[in-house]
Amino acid sequence: MSNISKTFRDSLSSGRAALIGYLTAGDPSLEQTLIYAEALVEGGVDILELGVPFSDPVADGVTIQASAQRALAAGTKLLDVIRLSSTIKKSLETPVVILSYLNPIYRMGFRKFFEEAGSSGVDGVVVPDLPVEESTDFREEARRAGVDTIFLASPTTSDSRLDQILRASEGFVYLVSLLGVTGVRRELSLEASRILERVKARKERPYVAVGFGVSSPDHVAALVKSGAEGVIVGSALVKIVEENLNNPSKCLEQLRRFATSLKEATTL
Amino acid sequence: MAGGYHLPDGRGRFGAYGGRYVPETLMEPLIELEEAYKKLRDDKSFREELDILLRDYAGRPTPLYYAERLTKELGGARIYLKREDLAFTGAHKINNALGQALLAKKMGKTRLVAETGAGQHGVATATVAARMGFRCTIYMGAEDMARQAVNVYRMRLLGAEVRRVDSGSKTLKDAINEALRDWATNVRDTHYLLGSAVGPHPYPMIVRDFQSVIGREIRAQILEREGRLPDLVVACVGGGSNAIGTFYPFIEDKGVKLVGVEAGGEGLETGRHAASLAGGSPGILHGMYSYVMQDEHGQIRTTHSISAGLDYPGVGPEHAFLKESGRAEYVAVGDREALEAFLTLTRLEGIMPALEPAHALAYVMKIAPTMRSDDIIVLTLSGRGEKDLDIVSRSLGGLF
Repeated sequence: MSNISKTFRDSLSSGRAALIGYLTAGDPSLEQTLIYAEALVEGGVDILELGVPFSDPVADGVTIQASAQRALAAGTKLLDVIRLSSTIKKSLETPVVILSYLNPIYRMGFRKFFEEAGSSGVDGVVVPDLPVEESTDFREEARRAGVDTIFLASPTTSDSRLDQILRASEGFVYLVSLLGVTGVRRELSLEASRILERVKARKERPYVAVGFGVSSPDHVAALVKSGAEGVIVGSALVKIVEENLNNPSKCLEQLRRFATSLKEATTL
Repeated sequence: MAGGYHLPDGRGRFGAYGGRYVPETLMEPLIELEEAYKKLRDDKSFREELDILLRDYAGRPTPLYYAERLTKELGGARIYLKREDLAFTGAHKINNALGQALLAKKMGKTRLVAETGAGQHGVATATVAARMGFRCTIYMGAEDMARQAVNVYRMRLLGAEVRRVDSGSKTLKDAINEALRDWATNVRDTHYLLGSAVGPHPYPMIVRDFQSVIGREIRAQILEREGRLPDLVVACVGGGSNAIGTFYPFIEDKGVKLVGVEAGGEGLETGRHAASLAGGSPGILHGMYSYVMQDEHGQIRTTHSISAGLDYPGVGPEHAFLKESGRAEYVAVGDREALEAFLTLTRLEGIMPALEPAHALAYVMKIAPTMRSDDIIVLTLSGRGEKDLDIVSRSLGGLF
C-alpha cells in the first residue's frame, strides 16, 4: 500500500477525511514555499500538493494563473519542485504529490522525471491535461519508479470512462467538483455530490478526494458529509499567499490557522 | 478522398502528432463532437445545407485569378491567386465557421465561444452566430485588440461579446486558453468554434475538412484553366487552417510541391518569430502534440510576428506530420519581406493582401523567378488587407 493510500486509511480510521493542501511551488520563492508547506502540515494538512508553474495552465482560474506567473518570474523549474519535495520529505512524513501540466514533464522526459521524482520521495503525480487514454507510457514509467498516478474525473465523465479512470488511479482519484476551472467559489457546486455518489457506488475503486472550488470549512464539511474521503484546497490557500506577499510571517500564521479550520471540518 | 492517405487515425493521430491532451471535463464533449461530426459529414442534407450557405452566403466558389502583371514582373512561373480575400467577411475563416456552426446547431448548442488573433475568425464566428441565432463570446488578446481595432468593432456590431484577455502574452495563445476555460465552464450549452487546424482531436480534422473546399476548388479551377495540376502550391501557416485546406486535396498528387510559409518575425536567429515548425520542437500545447515554441524547461515562449494571425507558438499536428514525412516543406519569411510583398501586390495587381498571406507571397516572389515560364504556382490569398492598414502605415513610417 502506498504512502498516500495509508494516509487516507489512517485518517479515515481516526474519524476524519484526509486534507490535501495545494501551493504553487516557487510562489513567491522556493524558500517561502518550504516554510508555508510546513505551516500547512502544522495546521493539519495530511497530504501536500505542490504545483509546478506552467505558462499556459488551462485548467486553472485567475488565482493559480497569477501564482504560476509569480513562480515563473522567480525562475522556478520542474527540477526545483522535485528538489523541494525531497527537502520536505527529509523533515516531514507527509506525502507529497506533484501537480504539473504535461509539457514540462514531457520536455524533461517521462523516464528522467519519474526517476528523479521517485528518488526524491515524491509519492504521487497529477497531470491535469493528461487524460487516461494518452497515459500508457507515462504510467509505465511511474510504475517503475513507484510513484502513484492520480487521474481526475469530472461531472461530464461517462460511466465507461470513469471505470478506466478508477482503474488507472493510484493513491486516490481526484474528483472535479464542478464544470470549469480552479478558483475560490462562494457556493459549492451541486455537481459535487452527484459525482461523489457515482464513484462511491463502485466496488473496486481507490480513495476519493474532491477538489476545484473547495474554499471554506463549510465546503469541506458538506463534501465530507456527502462521502468525500479527502478534500483538496488550492486557490483559497494560494490567495492567502497572494494577499501577504510582503508579509511572510503573517502569511504563515494565516495559512496555519486556515488549515486548522479546514481540518476541523473534516470530521466524518 | 480516394487512395492511401487516411489520417488522422482512430486516436486522432497524424503519425506521432495530434491526440487529445485536455482537462478531463472536456474529454466527453470532444468525444461527442467527434461522433456528431462523423455522423453528419456523410449526411446528404447536412452537406446540401452547408453547400448552399457556402455558395449563397459566403460567395463560393472564390475565383482563381491569374496574376499576369506579377508573373511578368517576376519573370518565371505563372502565378495564380486563390482569392479567399473575396470570401464573405474577408478571409477563408468563414468556411470553417459556417461548417462548425451548422454542426453545433445540429448538436443542440445555443452558444458559441471562439478565440481570435487577427480578428478574422472572430468576425466570421460573430457573423455566423448572427445568421444562425447563437449567443456568442469571442476571446481576444489585449495586444491584438489594440492592433486590430476595426475587427473588434465589427464583432460588437454583429452582437458578439468581445472579452479582452490580459493573461500571458495577451495574444492568440492566451485567447485559446481563455476559450478553453470558458468551454469547460459552459460545456452543456456551448460549442467551442475553434478557428485553426489546431487543438485536441477532432478539431484539426474538422477544421481541415471544412477548409478543404479551398483546395478542391483550386483543383477544379486549375484543371479547367491549364488542363493540368500546379507544380507548386503555397500558403501561409500560423495554426495552419488555410494551408491544410489548400494542401489536403493535393496530398496524393506527388508531382505537386506543397510549401507552407511561417512567420519569421525579426529573424529565426533573433528568437523573435512565430515559426513553430522551422524554429520549434515537439511538445504539448492546447490539447495537441505538435511542434511548439518552448524553452528548455517546456514553458511556452512568447512569439512575435507583424501579423496577428500568424503570431502563435504552435502549429496544427497534420503540418507537423507533413513536415516529418517530407510531403510538405515549411519555410519562414520575416516581417520586412512580408511588408514588401504586401506593397508589391498592391501596386502590381491592385490587390491588398492581409499580412498573413503576404508572407506566402514573399516566398513566391523569391521562388517564381527560379522556375520555368511554363511552371504553375498557386498561392492561397487567405484574406484581405484592410484590417492591417494601421500596422502597415506605422511600419512604413508614414511613407505614403
